[in-house]
Amino acid sequence: MSAVRDWLLDDSPSSRLQASLGRTWRSFSALMRNPLAVAGALIILALIVMAIFAPLIAPYSATGQDLANRLMPPSAIHWMGTDELGRDIFSRVVYGSRITLMIVTMVAVISAPIGLLVGAISGYFGGWADRVLMGITDIFLSMPKLILALAFVAALGPGIENAIIAIAITAWPVYARIARAETITFRDSEFIAAVQLQGASSARIILRHVLPLCASSTIIRVTLDMAGIILTAAGLGFLGLGAQPPMPEWGAMISSGRNFILDQWWVATMPGFAIIAVSLGFCFLGDGLRDVLDPKQRDGR
Amino acid sequence: MNAIELTHLDIAYGPTRVVHDVSLAIAEGESFALVGESGSGKSTILKAIAGLAPDWTGEISVLGSPRAHRPDRGFAKSCQMVFQDPYGSLHPRKTVDDCLAEPLAVHGLKGRDGRVKAVLAAVGLDQRFRFRYPHQLSGGQRQRVAIARALMLEPRILLLDEPTSALDVSVQAEILNLLKKLRREQGLTYLLVTHNLPVVSFLCDRLAVMRHGRIVEVAHVEALKRGALAEPYSRELYAASGGTLQPA
Repeated sequence: MSAVRDWLLDDSPSSRLQASLGRTWRSFSALMRNPLAVAGALIILALIVMAIFAPLIAPYSATGQDLANRLMPPSAIHWMGTDELGRDIFSRVVYGSRITLMIVTMVAVISAPIGLLVGAISGYFGGWADRVLMGITDIFLSMPKLILALAFVAALGPGIENAIIAIAITAWPVYARIARAETITFRDSEFIAAVQLQGASSARIILRHVLPLCASSTIIRVTLDMAGIILTAAGLGFLGLGAQPPMPEWGAMISSGRNFILDQWWVATMPGFAIIAVSLGFCFLGDGLRDVLDPKQRDGR
Repeated sequence: MNAIELTHLDIAYGPTRVVHDVSLAIAEGESFALVGESGSGKSTILKAIAGLAPDWTGEISVLGSPRAHRPDRGFAKSCQMVFQDPYGSLHPRKTVDDCLAEPLAVHGLKGRDGRVKAVLAAVGLDQRFRFRYPHQLSGGQRQRVAIARALMLEPRILLLDEPTSALDVSVQAEILNLLKKLRREQGLTYLLVTHNLPVVSFLCDRLAVMRHGRIVEVAHVEALKRGALAEPYSRELYAASGGTLQPA
């Protein structure tokens, strides 16, 4: 083990792989020294494990109804009780993690690259390209997230895919702004001038030299935004515009539980806890990542 | 054929004209210095030749072919630049290897591994530095990497923008010796910008003294060494750097 660590931390790596693994290891061990980040990472890891092994973890089916056992309080048989159709809430929460994970991953995969690219192009070229792209960004940025998502879902029709598209469309402008601001700080720096002098095309400079420097702040921001994305998805689900019944989406579960909230509190509370836990997890992890990835704090000069 | 020829060159940054009517001819294999106080426009001339200060009128020709106003691929192979600040001229997230292999990748050249090793050896950097990041290197080592990067495409001309002024004195000497050695070995043409006259007498054959964007005097380095510069401003500059003046 210590031999592996010495190899990773070697001051003079002997290959490309060793150098990049060494850097990853250093970031990773810095992250692991941050207790909040570890807590966040554990929650996210639990979410991922839960999503992958949902059929093994859930004691019941997520959609199987049992009308004889409606609205049972939490007990040894039903850990989180049952809902109005006699479905096991724990099993639904476990299966719901798949939907939540899919939403956050898809939104991140769609919106982060769009935002990064728009921001980097805008910041790198400046001039009219900047004005046009930032104008579009500002239009999207000026609309409240949930309202815009609502409008899109209303136009496209309710459903989980449309909810993802709607959230992604409202999420990218922030990343574009961040990437632009970062790009402007080093657009005129000498290391960019040096690659220009080597005859590299603008596309190559943006993709290979500019984007890697914007990536870490975007990763941090995306991680911190994950909580908001989950809440927006839950909000859409709550309003009946996201995932449709009988899908075990956490927001939709809260929505259906609200009818019984005074007498059968667990129906709405349990998925609510799940949302809070996962949102907190992403926030902690994002804060930890910021401490580790922020080059101004780590690399020095 | 001259390596660099400037004819009636005017350079502007937006509405401000920085360089006025500069004409110069630098022979191939020559080492030429532009000296002057800060703000005299000497670095701007270098940037205009490189294509980084595109707002100029007049003529710039490099190795006989006229320069465009922007950097281009063909020009990259004949002329490269070394910047002043070795802390700002290396990409903070790329290893020395990435940084040196990039120009070869841009031009689709093969044999990157061997070439990177050869250039590292040429600038006197041990192979163990190859996969380090810039923050793991000292200032002098970074400047060696920057010089190595400029040499990757085997250019015939190097533009040197105060290559030693950001380094401490002992390291300055190392870098100057390295530049002298490289020029001898590879027959390079240097156009050096500096405000440091001892650097000029060590490294250059001729110099041009600049003030307020104009060339005041072009002299041979022998005149500098003897303290026999003709123009009053050149003599002032020489005296300010601690030299003893001879009657012009």
